[in-house]
Amino acid sequence: MHFGKILGAASLAVGLSLVAITGASAVTLNLHNGGDPGSVDPHKVSGDWENRVVGDYIEGLVTEDAEAKAIPGQAETWDISEDGTVYTFHLRDGIQWTDGTPVTAGDFVFAFQRLFDPATASEYAYLQYPIKNAEAINAGTITDFNELGVKAIDDKTLEITLEAPTPYFVDALMHYTAYPVPRHLVEKFGDDWTKMDNIVANGPFKLVEWVPGSHLRAVKNDMYYDAANVKLDEVYYYVLEDESAALNRYRAGEFDILTDFPADQYQFLKDNYPGEAHVDPFLGIYYYVMNQEKAPLDDVRVRKALSMSIMRDVIGPEVLGTGELPAYGWVPPGTNNYDGAEYMPDWAALPYDERVAMAKQLLTEAGYGPDKPLSLQLRYNTNDAHQRVAVAIAAMWEPIGVSIELFNSEVRVHYDALRAGDFQIGRAGWLLDYSDAANTLDLLKTGTMQDGTMNWGNNYGRYSNAEFDALLAEAATTTDLVARAGLLHQAETIAMDEFAAIPIYWYVSENVVKPYIEGFADNAKDIHRNRWITKSE
Amino acid sequence: MFNYATRRVLSALPIAIIAVTVCFFILRLAPGGPFDGERALPPLVLQNLRAHYNLDQPIWIQYFNYVWRMIQGDFGPSMVMEGFEVSELLAIGLPFTLMLGMTAFIVATIIGVIAGIIAAVNQNKWPDYVLVLAVMLGVIVPNFLMGALLQLLFGVYLRWLPAGGWSGGNWLQLVLPVTVLAWPHAARISRLMRGSMIETLGSNFIRTAMSKGIGERLMLTRHALKPALIPVVSYLGPGLSYLLTGSLVVESIFGLPGIGKYFIQAALNRDYGLVLGTTVFYVMLILVLNLLVDLVYAWLDPRVRFR
Amino acid sequence: MAGITGKDRTLTAYADTLERLDAPKGRSLTQDAMRRLIANRAALISIFLVTAIVLIAFVGSYFVPWDGTKVDWGAIRKPPNFESGHYLGTDQNGRDLLARLLQGTQMSLIVAGVATVVSVVVGVVYGAISGYFGGRVDALMMRFVDIMYALPYILFVIILVVIFGRSPVLLFVGIGLLEWLTMARIVRGQTLSFKEKEFVEAARAGGAKPFTIIMRHIVPNLTGPVVIYATLTVPEIIIVESFLSYLGLGVQEPLTSLGTLISNGAPVAEVLPWLLVAPAIVLVTLLLCLSYIGDGLRDALDPKDR
Repeated sequence: MHFGKILGAASLAVGLSLVAITGASAVTLNLHNGGDPGSVDPHKVSGDWENRVVGDYIEGLVTEDAEAKAIPGQAETWDISEDGTVYTFHLRDGIQWTDGTPVTAGDFVFAFQRLFDPATASEYAYLQYPIKNAEAINAGTITDFNELGVKAIDDKTLEITLEAPTPYFVDALMHYTAYPVPRHLVEKFGDDWTKMDNIVANGPFKLVEWVPGSHLRAVKNDMYYDAANVKLDEVYYYVLEDESAALNRYRAGEFDILTDFPADQYQFLKDNYPGEAHVDPFLGIYYYVMNQEKAPLDDVRVRKALSMSIMRDVIGPEVLGTGELPAYGWVPPGTNNYDGAEYMPDWAALPYDERVAMAKQLLTEAGYGPDKPLSLQLRYNTNDAHQRVAVAIAAMWEPIGVSIELFNSEVRVHYDALRAGDFQIGRAGWLLDYSDAANTLDLLKTGTMQDGTMNWGNNYGRYSNAEFDALLAEAATTTDLVARAGLLHQAETIAMDEFAAIPIYWYVSENVVKPYIEGFADNAKDIHRNRWITKSE
Repeated sequence: MFNYATRRVLSALPIAIIAVTVCFFILRLAPGGPFDGERALPPLVLQNLRAHYNLDQPIWIQYFNYVWRMIQGDFGPSMVMEGFEVSELLAIGLPFTLMLGMTAFIVATIIGVIAGIIAAVNQNKWPDYVLVLAVMLGVIVPNFLMGALLQLLFGVYLRWLPAGGWSGGNWLQLVLPVTVLAWPHAARISRLMRGSMIETLGSNFIRTAMSKGIGERLMLTRHALKPALIPVVSYLGPGLSYLLTGSLVVESIFGLPGIGKYFIQAALNRDYGLVLGTTVFYVMLILVLNLLVDLVYAWLDPRVRFR
Repeated sequence: MAGITGKDRTLTAYADTLERLDAPKGRSLTQDAMRRLIANRAALISIFLVTAIVLIAFVGSYFVPWDGTKVDWGAIRKPPNFESGHYLGTDQNGRDLLARLLQGTQMSLIVAGVATVVSVVVGVVYGAISGYFGGRVDALMMRFVDIMYALPYILFVIILVVIFGRSPVLLFVGIGLLEWLTMARIVRGQTLSFKEKEFVEAARAGGAKPFTIIMRHIVPNLTGPVVIYATLTVPEIIIVESFLSYLGLGVQEPLTSLGTLISNGAPVAEVLPWLLVAPAIVLVTLLLCLSYIGDGLRDALDPKDR
């Protein structure tokens, strides 16, 4: 693009933004969406702020209801083979992209092939690895895309074959990695198909405007099969990272829904805007990883001492102020396919003084004490909440004689350091991609050898236990959900008994919703599709 | 004078290239890259991404490629805003930042000059003290605090003005951002104006004019204003660059689509292409505006010769 | 001619005045100025207040009941309370705000002080070398200064801090290294005019080395400009530091600074107002006083006004 084009585009942008929505009766939702989407291509996005936009304009085979539970989307029905490895989807009649091209099974086949094509470099492709040969294609070991377990029987019928029975597969299909893309446009424009001039939709809304740093705008898609029940005519997704400025704009009446708010204001909101702040359990864990490749954190006694001397019940209610519940285990309560008692260590019930005494004892056994104090560096990425938790935990470790140096850096530097093993203790968090225990337990799996180097993936602390790995592998091929849950529980107990990481609290979702908004149902995935939202003035 | 202007414009190019060079290498030295997100990428995916953005080539080849394309007006793709070329982002952000900045600049200059004259004429009397104080607040209160407080007061409590955003034609949305941006600038100008006005009023030719019985208002507007403006004009150039950098904060607080906000996000996210692109434009903007200021300066002060 | 700041102008005017006088009289000019400064009430009160703030910031922490890093688990986000000894209340981590404020003020003063010293030293050395040797060296060195002036330096500070982490040292040096340009220009001008003066000629004839001449005969005459420069630069740096804090690029915990305290206090202005009010008062007082001192110095050192 050259200078002349810059000017042209500039005037176009100004012109577009001047086009106002017509008709006084139009219902507009002003949604505060936080970050700036980096892309709206379902194969290129990764954040929840991107998901909010993408999930409104594209719909997968399966979609979310108001409570984020799976309901039929572009597929009206599906059959599952007896062994649980072949899924046959029957697409709805009359579904089409907004340019009038029908949505076919071929679009889905094309989309999955594109997702796993290493050249697409899709960050989240691994979520669909249950599909046959997906991982091999993504890793480049299979180059013939026709080997992928996704086939179009005809325009209306799609067959997906899995590597092994996967109880959560329908849930995984709600994820944007399983969305279709308009084959005819991707073939014509390449990655530019998401430009506002080219883009089409098959979901309840279609994108019409994108001003980076300011907002995206979508309008209702009248060609959507359920358009009659979509109550909003227009949705603005506003970009604003500064949470307290966002709250000000919400209070000024400029936003209808805030997707995040400063925790310090929770009490204030409860007092002055009763019922508007929604704080709900969210499937995710906030934790500290410890680098177990190097001393002193390779010693389980040191890890145990650190973990047990944290007053977890102070952090959520007092330090953060939003009442996050303390976490002692690794799988968030309420995760699907995970019946059984929640992991709870014996020491959790002891009074704090006793825990401190035990922790001191453990450190002494490990060779640390007043003569040889233990000092560690705690890394976190720059953010008020992370900083507060770090300061509080550093203060909790003081009584057991551990001195902490705090070190914060931007998110990219932080994760770069964690991945490189260049840290002692590091802050991390995990939001479940789909409601299944394996999704968090996988974080503690031993890395795999690739081209002579160890790839540890998201297991930053490099915890490694053969028994744990074997249990996970066994669970992956177990179809009986109860037996599978038992195996996963065993694995969780092994890892937690060895203090593979320090769980701190279970995440909560934080939204603020105006009283005149209906259809905003609190749920553990914090997904609220605008298809279900109504706004009464 | 034409030669002078041409020479200045031409000399701006090497400066822009120096800025790009410094930025380019500093950025690459930095830990963390654009693809270090919360979740690990499979090695092959990472390799493909790096290849896509030419990050896998030797750094000096990347550098020469970048500069060569930049000279042709191509700033490459944004690495974090995957859907956009850097040029497309600049095409959206630059006109907005310019509009915001120029509005604030004009407002600030007019208010600053008038406040300075009033303070000078009433030197060491109460209007002087009040103005100095009001104006000092602008320099002293950090702009992010000023922005938050004004937003709270006028947006939330009084509901007189929009608390943020920019939807194209609603000029009211610009009132608060312009105020936050213009205030410190007006403050500095009024201080300069006050000083130079006092100096001018004390000079011999004004005293002579006064002794001839010329009216105060006439004397101010016809005789004292022009010489007193000289130091103010010489400040406008650097003042502009302060103002443009102030837009970094203002755009973030009020959620405005300008290059200041892009720059911050890009720097924090290691979006090499976008950081370089915005820096280049900031540098060019400041160079061009400085040149304009110099030309005005020469018009005001005939003693200045173009070398 | 490009990029003359207000600071630049004030200093140039003063330097011109100095230049017109002989060296010994230059000193008496400074004495005169001191007298005039003391006669200026606003400036005098300001000097008193700034001295008080500096003293309290550096000594006060020995007299407050709480330590700034100590967490009081029983008093998380509590308003000022005299019984518990939290005179200014506590923050969200249960740390005493008074202790944090003292430490933060200290940090801001240190950052500003050290950055100013760095910029003065670099500016003096650079300017003196450029002015003393003159000719092609001078032209080249000043061209470089012109180039630096044209760069939006705050962008470079941000990039530097983003990249090399955020140690206080980096803040000092980073900001200092970008602020020296004005100083270099003034010193160069002064040096150019001094080197033709008799006492410098005499020293040179006596076989003194350039460095000795610069240090012994030229630098001492720069006291005036340096003092004005410092009063104008310190507030600028405090503002820059607070700006970086807002962007999350301030000093590392548990250290804090005025800017960090204010940027943490701003979002909770309504719910935890004490976290904003106290740091804001200190910052505003400090900067207001410094600017009155700056004004007073300028008036005092520029006899033309009288």
